[in-house]
Amino acid sequence: MPSFSSHPKQRSDQMESGSTTSRSSGDGSQRAATEALVRVRGLHFRRGEQRIFDGVDLDIPRGLVTAIMGPSGTGKTTLLKLISGQLQADAGEIEVDGQSIGSLSRSELYALRTRMGMLFQSGALLTDLDVFENVAFPLREHAKLPESVLRKLVLIKLEAVGLRGAARLMPSELSGGMARRVALARAVALDPTMIMYDEPFTGQDPISMGTLTSLIRQLNDASGLTSIVVSHDVSETAEIADHLYIIANGQIMASGSPREVAASDSAWVRQFMDGEPDGPVHYHYPAAPLEQDLLHSAVH
Amino acid sequence: MLDSIASLGRAGLAAVASLGRAHLLLIGILGGLPSMLIRPRLLVAQVYNLGVLSLLIILVSGLFVGMVLGLQGHYVLSQFGAAESLGVMVAASLVRELGPVVTALLFAGRAGSALTAEIGLMKATEQLSGLEMMAVDPVKRVLTPRFFAGLISMPLLAALFSAVGVMGGWFVGVGLLGVDDGAFWGQMQSKIDFNEDVLNGVIKSLIFGVVVTWIALFEGYDTSPTSTGVSRATTRTVVHAALAVLGLDFVLTALMFGG
Repeated sequence: MPSFSSHPKQRSDQMESGSTTSRSSGDGSQRAATEALVRVRGLHFRRGEQRIFDGVDLDIPRGLVTAIMGPSGTGKTTLLKLISGQLQADAGEIEVDGQSIGSLSRSELYALRTRMGMLFQSGALLTDLDVFENVAFPLREHAKLPESVLRKLVLIKLEAVGLRGAARLMPSELSGGMARRVALARAVALDPTMIMYDEPFTGQDPISMGTLTSLIRQLNDASGLTSIVVSHDVSETAEIADHLYIIANGQIMASGSPREVAASDSAWVRQFMDGEPDGPVHYHYPAAPLEQDLLHSAVH
Repeated sequence: MLDSIASLGRAGLAAVASLGRAHLLLIGILGGLPSMLIRPRLLVAQVYNLGVLSLLIILVSGLFVGMVLGLQGHYVLSQFGAAESLGVMVAASLVRELGPVVTALLFAGRAGSALTAEIGLMKATEQLSGLEMMAVDPVKRVLTPRFFAGLISMPLLAALFSAVGVMGGWFVGVGLLGVDDGAFWGQMQSKIDFNEDVLNGVIKSLIFGVVVTWIALFEGYDTSPTSTGVSRATTRTVVHAALAVLGLDFVLTALMFGG
């Protein structure tokens, strides 16, 4: 398993909680009370006629794993793009580490992004570069390091995700799980303050999923990162998250520690957490009665 | 009636907006020139991808076009007893028109479509977003070297097309049809003017290089990130680039040779 150098503060926290992969709700709530690295206030965002966010407020606490969950198409990935400045909000304020994203110039935004990592759903590896060069890419772009130092750094990052032996493979030769681990090594290459994971568990086999869950938790704790995990995989996400937000219909439907959210008596939250096919969120997409549709087609 | 007017208006607005985005992209691409000059390796790699890998189709096409010109030219000229002027006819046709135009059309089909598909797929697979998130401007890092590689490759490919075409015309005219070798080259040398013919041909191919590469990059960068989107963008590149080349060729020919 990965061997990251452990951050002193996180090591003491781990000792207090006794585990890095299974966290108590009390521990999560206590940590959630810490300073926010990302502050979102009154966020409004539309895509065409579709309202994605309608006055969302949320805080991403520094040093914790915060999960943003919700059904597909509710704007989870859009939220990450808004936080990272890839999209501009229609209204509202997004602050990352005290800097308002909307008011940053392009160069200031790029400077901030060198302190952010993002793991894309597809991995987003550069297909014309091999694994080693993909991980080396941000270092070559931003850190003027001698080749020997760069090589060592890249190999350390790859060792951490268990893929040092795959350094010379091309992205097309990697499985989906391996590609995401390489992307993770690349995302942490510049030792960012914050890392965002976009649907890291989608389409993963149980072994890859277990590896990724452990990596996300251990990376966060060992490197003193702040992590935002966007996912709709309830059990895996709840297992590693300190704090959960559930979003739907452009608003925050629930928030709190995994245990607090799991104990929610909201019918909507219950349906989402328990994976019920019908409930406040209907199984059927809104449509005219079936009989009417069938008879209508018979006439034609 | 009103609906058709409204849809016409929407299409017009979309075309103007698209043109605006294309110009903004061009400004961004040109803005990447200083950072590209710091790392010329990126440019060299793209000159190889766009230029060297297009050589085969350009050389083979040039040879056949020259051979056809030799055959047709000999047929017409020999009726007026002017078969010795075959060299001038072949060279002028190639250097002034066919070299730049046919090379640009082939370049749009071979390299332009590949550029659009590559950039479109980079967008669809989030590689461009990935670069953005690594604080690397994808326009400067990915598009600028490709644009200047197209600009450099096109005149060189057009020159090779014309050179091989002249050899094809010589092979058919002199080698097969018995035109005098000395007359073929001598008349060509005396009648083809460097500024009037060769330089104007180079200017044409430079302009075609800018237009074809710009269209290809814009279509890829502006595509909807789906397989259908990339497929449509690739088709648009070939169609728009071909129309732009042929339309511009008329304008440039009128300006250069219209008297």
